[in-house]
Amino acid sequence: MENAVKTHLTLAALLATLTLPALADRLPVPNHPLYREECGSCHLAYPPQLLDAHSWLQVMNGLDKHFGSDASLDEKRRAAIADFLGRNAGGRKTGVTADAKGQPLLRISDTAYFQRKHREVDASVWKRPAIKSPANCAACHVNAAAGDYSERSIRIPK
Amino acid sequence: MRTSLLIAAIFIAASGAGRAETPRDFLTRFEKEAGTAASAERGARFFTARHGGEWSCASCHTERPTQAGRHAKTDKPISALAPSANGERFTDAAKVDKWFRRNCNDTMNRACTAQEKADVIAWLLSFK
Ligand code: HEC
Ligand code: HEC
Ligand code: HEC
Repeated sequence: MENAVKTHLTLAALLATLTLPALADRLPVPNHPLYREECGSCHLAYPPQLLDAHSWLQVMNGLDKHFGSDASLDEKRRAAIADFLGRNAGGRKTGVTADAKGQPLLRISDTAYFQRKHREVDASVWKRPAIKSPANCAACHVNAAAGDYSERSIRIPK
Repeated sequence: MRTSLLIAAIFIAASGAGRAETPRDFLTRFEKEAGTAASAERGARFFTARHGGEWSCASCHTERPTQAGRHAKTDKPISALAPSANGERFTDAAKVDKWFRRNCNDTMNRACTAQEKADVIAWLLSFK
């Protein structure tokens, strides 16, 4: 009896690990209040899975000049967030996130993975006033804050 | 009971950042640093004017700081800056210093003076 339960549990666990990575439309941000607070104040707290560890390190080493904004942090918080991002960085799904010369990409929206997933979005759509930029995930993915990028939660503003 | 109160007291004392401050405390602090009284009128002008850069403070916080704003670049909603509309504003020194540092740099390419900060707070406090 006990053995049967154990087998079931192992099977369930196995199944979970097998199916989870296949769900490209679910990108939950691991719970980390400091990351949410500091990296979710000017924009969505992006899913760490969408850049590799080299890219995140580069982002975290240039916060005083962050895409035209000053996002500087005290060293203690900066180091804690850099560590969190390094541990939760992507790789499997997105592959290496570097440009042709091997330089780490800083933008999720510049990665091959992002561009493949958004092939069907016309270049003019990104510039609509209610969208502004590909970085504005939540403009179209209405439940992005909950890590939901599924097709049924997409509304593209006119 | 006594022990838990004591523990709570130690906890509050130890977590320096959790020390509650009020918007008036910040006004007093910056007025003292500036060595002059603040002016809400000057604060209004400062907040709504551009200072050589692309953005004014109002670009993200609007000219009516009792309303929510939107980040000029990312479009993310920003809750109201006036303390009368948002009780969390100007209650945490680390947060206040961090955002003055960043936002002054982004709008003017320099730090704000103590007088500019005092003026802005005086203006924000004038909204009931
Ligand atoms: C002071 C505001 C601010 C803060 C704080 C901030 N960012 Fe940003 N971030 C921006 C702006 C502005 C952009 C550019 C948005 C655009 O191009 O539409 C950006 C873009 C990004 C991008 C690229 C998005 C893309 O794919 O195009 C990443 C990644 C990013 N930020 C990560 C972070 C991380 C990690 C933190 C926390 C350490 C952080 N940001 C904190 C303002 C901020
Ligand atoms: C202009 C609207 C728009 C913006 C902005 C946008 N997306 Fe998308 N996204 C789409 C559309 C449309 C699809 C394709 C849906 C499909 O074909 O199933 C998509 C697909 C995706 C997918 C694949 C989901 C799946 O089912 O495989 C992911 C992941 C994703 N987006 C993440 C992001 C992230 C992260 C951002 C911000 C950095 C972002 N998107 C910004 C419109 C947008
Ligand atoms: C590019 C957009 C942008 C501009 C321009 C901007 N701010 Fe902000 N400001 C923000 C964001 C984002 C936050 C943090 C989000 C939040 O607290 O809701 C913030 C927070 C603040 C805070 C934190 C208050 C608190 O206690 O919570 C103060 C003070 C502030 N801004 C003052 C200013 C002043 C003064 C200027 C002009 C010199 C200015 N801001 C210009 C985006 C901006």
